[in-house]
Amino acid sequence: MSYQVNEKGYYGEFGGAFIPEMLYPNVEELRSQYLDIMKEDSFQKEFKALLRDYVGRPTPLYYAERFSKKYGTKVYLKREDLCHTGAHKVNNTVGQILMAKRLGKDRIIAETGAGQHGVATATVCALMGIKCIVYMGEIDIERQAPNVARMKMLGAEVIPAKSGSRTLKDATNEAIRDWINNPLDTHYIIGSVVGPHPYPDMVARFQAVISEEIKAQLQEKENRENPDYVVACVGGGSNAAGAYYHYLDKPEVGIIAVEAAGKGISSGESAATSALGNEGIIHGSKTLLMQTQDGQITEPYSISAGLDYPGVGPMHANLFTSGRGEFISITDKAAMDAGLELAKLEGIIPAIESSHALAIFEQRKFKKEDIVVVNLSGRGDKDLSTYIDYFDL
Amino acid sequence: MNRINKKLQEDHKLLSIYCTAGYPELEDTLPIIQELEKNGVDFLEIGLPFSDPLADGPTIQQSSTKALQSGMTSNKLFEQLKDIRNSVEIPLIIMGYFNPMLQYGVEKFCKKCADTGIDGLIIPDLPVDVYSKKYKAIFEKYGLRNIFLITPQTSEERIRFIDSVSNGFIYMVSTASVTGSTSGFNEETRNYFKRVKEMQLKNKLIVGFGISDKESFIQATQYTKGAIIGSAFIKTLNKHGKAGIGDFIKSIR
Repeated sequence: MSYQVNEKGYYGEFGGAFIPEMLYPNVEELRSQYLDIMKEDSFQKEFKALLRDYVGRPTPLYYAERFSKKYGTKVYLKREDLCHTGAHKVNNTVGQILMAKRLGKDRIIAETGAGQHGVATATVCALMGIKCIVYMGEIDIERQAPNVARMKMLGAEVIPAKSGSRTLKDATNEAIRDWINNPLDTHYIIGSVVGPHPYPDMVARFQAVISEEIKAQLQEKENRENPDYVVACVGGGSNAAGAYYHYLDKPEVGIIAVEAAGKGISSGESAATSALGNEGIIHGSKTLLMQTQDGQITEPYSISAGLDYPGVGPMHANLFTSGRGEFISITDKAAMDAGLELAKLEGIIPAIESSHALAIFEQRKFKKEDIVVVNLSGRGDKDLSTYIDYFDL
Repeated sequence: MNRINKKLQEDHKLLSIYCTAGYPELEDTLPIIQELEKNGVDFLEIGLPFSDPLADGPTIQQSSTKALQSGMTSNKLFEQLKDIRNSVEIPLIIMGYFNPMLQYGVEKFCKKCADTGIDGLIIPDLPVDVYSKKYKAIFEKYGLRNIFLITPQTSEERIRFIDSVSNGFIYMVSTASVTGSTSGFNEETRNYFKRVKEMQLKNKLIVGFGISDKESFIQATQYTKGAIIGSAFIKTLNKHGKAGIGDFIKSIR
């Protein structure tokens, strides 16, 4: 059994394309072409060149010696925080902007929560000279002003999502509605491994460069391709999908997914979908999601804006229910402490999302000889004000 | 015979109205349905509100949000409608998104619809291929018609497939848009109505999206059996409340 997507667009029971007929032509156009386009030599050449020269890949695989010593195991950090724009998100937007060009689209739409994906999308649109519209919840616009300014500098139009709870899930709804209204000229760059098939698979393939590099880098440093564990935080789950991708079907590699417990799993303010969610449909995909008994999608909470999505990608839903992945949830407090600790031990200020992945070492013991790769998905610059407020710096 | 199929045999153009359950006030569902029938509406779509209605524009979405805040749920709707067939005869269709039905249990939901006297369902985000493989047998067991959407971009092959699994009518979305975003039809849209009519499908065609007044109703039904008005009706409720229903329907007919 494989943990990759099957030919029908499902990961086990999860995935598919639960979309209104109005979206069918758009999604079908993409579905029928994405694999062929990605296989083209010219596409691969252009994608790899941009990842190298523009994004700054490969990102280092760094042995965190002092951190390792503290936790009595061998921890490597995959430094996605060193990517252009500050996180792994740009791997996907570079891939999708090239996809959009080959599909003949000249208008790009995207959704964003904290603004990282919006910035990564606005960045590649500026690079290619393509019109860019980013939907962002009205509430997120207020609390993420620097990223709104970045997107504007990059030439994007930021449209507030004023419906529903006015956050990420509503921004996603608005982007989907835009796509329904503009079926011919527009490509929708989804920022995570969510949405209708083929998005989860396409985004995972663009992010797969992360585990492809880990394999080669670990071979060089440890004379083996496989770590014992690969650890990543999961909101929608795109950095995790990339970090796991080439290890999904290697049972000797443990997969650890870290979700945001917020103020605690049973506090009512949490984003730990695997613990609190059940099967349902969100944004065109069958997956695990947080919802009321009546099937209304609820608003999650995490101190980290990148993890407060009420669902997870279908790949991760399948990793959870099949038992292939080990799911751990981390509270705001544990994550903030871990972020501060990495700063002091290694001189690296991580994004709060990534801090969740680092926090597991306090509660999950590893053997001394284990090799644990943590995907450091983003840097903490965007979170400085949260760190300042939290620690009274 | 299912009330929808019977209604479709009548020899005139059909007017259908969409109303959101539990809107404007939670207990308005039943009186609004009764008022619409009294004013000669041919059949109704009752919107089961959803937190994330992807195919709907701001008007219907806001009505859904308000209805949910008032306490509307699947159970509540069935409770409100439990005696509906004592007072209302026209066909009733529930329009809702798939997730609330999935949580309720698809079979349980269908059974409850049948027990209540609901005649059909419109579920925009349940794709036709998933329906035909997984749920068609359940719908048929309970005598429910499942209504599918087609759009100007739907290929002829896919329209034929949708026709083959449908046994009520086909819901023609007039333009590539969410609900409530356009008004009036251009030549391209009329050509699409004509093109699909000429396919001579076994199911009748009912147009939705973009119908707001008499003129657009007449245009929409020139090549089709009827038309559905949604956002424009919700706007009337917003403006004039239930008292405005009679005048609104008279202005269309």
